[in-house]
Amino acid sequence: MMLTKPLTRKGIQALSRSGEAAVAAPPPASAAAPPFERDLRLDLFRGIALWLIFLDHIPSNVVSLFTIRNYGFSDATEIFVFISGYTAAFVYGRAMRERGLLIAGARMLKRAWQIYVAHIFLFVIYMAEIAYVSKSFENPLYNEEMGIFDFLRQPDVTLVQALLLKFKPANMDVLPLYITLLACFAPFIWLLLRRPTLALAASALVYALNWNFDWNLPSYPEGTWVFNPLAWQLLFGFGAWCALGGARKLDRLINSRVTLGLAVAYLAFAFAIVMTWTFPRYAHYVPRWLSDWMYPIDKTNLDVLRFAHFLALAILTVHFLPKDWPHLKSPLLRPALLCGQHSLEIFCLGVFLAFAAHFVLEEISASIETQVAVSVAGVLIMSAAAGLMSWYKKIESQRPGSRRPPDADLAGGEA
Amino acid sequence: MKKLVVILASLLAAAPVAASNDHDQACAVADNLVTADFGFPHVAAAIAAKKLTIVVIGSSSSALLDPTGTNRGYPARLEAALAAKLPGVAVKVIAYAKPRETAADMEKHFAQMLAADKPALVVWQTGTVEAMLRSDVDDFRAVLDDGINALQQAQADVVLMNQQYSPRTELMTSSALYADAMRFVALQHQIPLFDRQAVMRHWGELGTFDLNQATKKIDTAVRVHDCIGRLLGRLILDAANLPSSPDHAVQ
Repeated sequence: MMLTKPLTRKGIQALSRSGEAAVAAPPPASAAAPPFERDLRLDLFRGIALWLIFLDHIPSNVVSLFTIRNYGFSDATEIFVFISGYTAAFVYGRAMRERGLLIAGARMLKRAWQIYVAHIFLFVIYMAEIAYVSKSFENPLYNEEMGIFDFLRQPDVTLVQALLLKFKPANMDVLPLYITLLACFAPFIWLLLRRPTLALAASALVYALNWNFDWNLPSYPEGTWVFNPLAWQLLFGFGAWCALGGARKLDRLINSRVTLGLAVAYLAFAFAIVMTWTFPRYAHYVPRWLSDWMYPIDKTNLDVLRFAHFLALAILTVHFLPKDWPHLKSPLLRPALLCGQHSLEIFCLGVFLAFAAHFVLEEISASIETQVAVSVAGVLIMSAAAGLMSWYKKIESQRPGSRRPPDADLAGGEA
Repeated sequence: MKKLVVILASLLAAAPVAASNDHDQACAVADNLVTADFGFPHVAAAIAAKKLTIVVIGSSSSALLDPTGTNRGYPARLEAALAAKLPGVAVKVIAYAKPRETAADMEKHFAQMLAADKPALVVWQTGTVEAMLRSDVDDFRAVLDDGINALQQAQADVVLMNQQYSPRTELMTSSALYADAMRFVALQHQIPLFDRQAVMRHWGELGTFDLNQATKKIDTAVRVHDCIGRLLGRLILDAANLPSSPDHAVQ
């Protein structure tokens, strides 16, 4: 879908207009519960996104040259956040319909708490590695960079700021975003079940307002959150909206030839632009007016160009990979599916493995062979761990007298 | 992608070079990563007038003092490299490298520096301190924008230089965010970027220089700075020889 910056506001108006139409319609669409069959594509792409995030998180990894961020505006973060919004709405939307706002809201807070604990656990591992590295770090070439270890000298401030989610080491920005979104998600789901279009319009409005007013949460020691929750909520909310019936509304639009053509054209455009970053000698082919309008393509505030790039990718994926695509059950794709079904655990494991890979590259060898080896090993470990968790869950659920596994797993992975 | 091409090419062709320990060739390993994408009309004019003054403004990674107090940093090496390539031209490289200065701190000295030195070219090295402090990327970009405008208005060409590649601290800084910001700003202003990070990463990956060692010795650092000075010199001469871009011609 081709979105342009000035057009977005019009887009929002259009959305709110159709919102009014939906409001006028008798008993909202939520009355007819969306089907709860499992969409394996969600598991598959979340699993792949987790792998890509892991590969991108290993500093200086030659394998990360093959990840999608090098070929277009958006990267695996968009996929992860969208699918997380989708599955969260699936799981908690159902809970809310069956048990009400209070119970579902409490469950979501509990989940946010679990993710918070996981984040702090990762932070402790991170601190252990940093403290170790700092001891053996001495080189006149890096007199300046050594200043980064100063925070180890004041653990009181560092730890408190980390607990407040203000001090976030590099690559540990996604979970705080997820925690914040999930913790504030209940009212949105509530509205989504009643007035889906209105809820989406509200989400877009917050995004647009944020665009004008530049709101963001503060970070420590300075600056703001790397992933601004007020901007990224749009993608999370859009995922949720798709999960609760929105995707079906878009069916015809997604499969129209015009939309597909626009998506392909936009992806080609993004690819050409990104190539001028890798090969700056071609940068002068980008007209001045275009670069003035287009840059910067901001990740922190989920630039419209990034969002549009994700939409274009999603449209093509949905079109060419139907829900009942037979290969979804093939053993080749099973590792990615399994990883996607245990996303929180595998995400955390991925962050840890990226630390470990960095450690290996530092202490043993930074050669390209080692980079490839740690990348492959990491993906294998993630898949094996996910397989183990699935196996354990299955065994547990087969025990006589045990309850069925939580719904979250049936709804295309955990929220 | 470009890096991938360079890496593959280097693996095939340049592996013996790295092993041969020949310093010139060690520098050349990263040659392909340094390209003059936009022209330097003011430098070209200064060379024609036989007097080339360059200012390097940056943080402490733009300086390297050896135990005797001699400056072995890349600005001094740049001066030597350019002087050798430009006989008859009075080449002067003035370096202002202050520890822990952010781009905003540096920008405050611009007016004074421009008035005092009247450089044809300013090498603006920054991003390291911002990455360490995790400063706001938008603010960083805005400062770069302002600063480049001020330098260009004073009839100076500009090249941005990003952070060093520092494998040990890579996990602690989101240095890519700031390097990306610098790349965008450079593209927007149509000025070259000296991608120091990519160059040094390439050396580290190929083992040209061991950037991982824990040492008090300065020899590797001296060689790294020397190569950076030479590569930067080559970039400057290439850019001076490029026909100026249409935007410059309009100015």
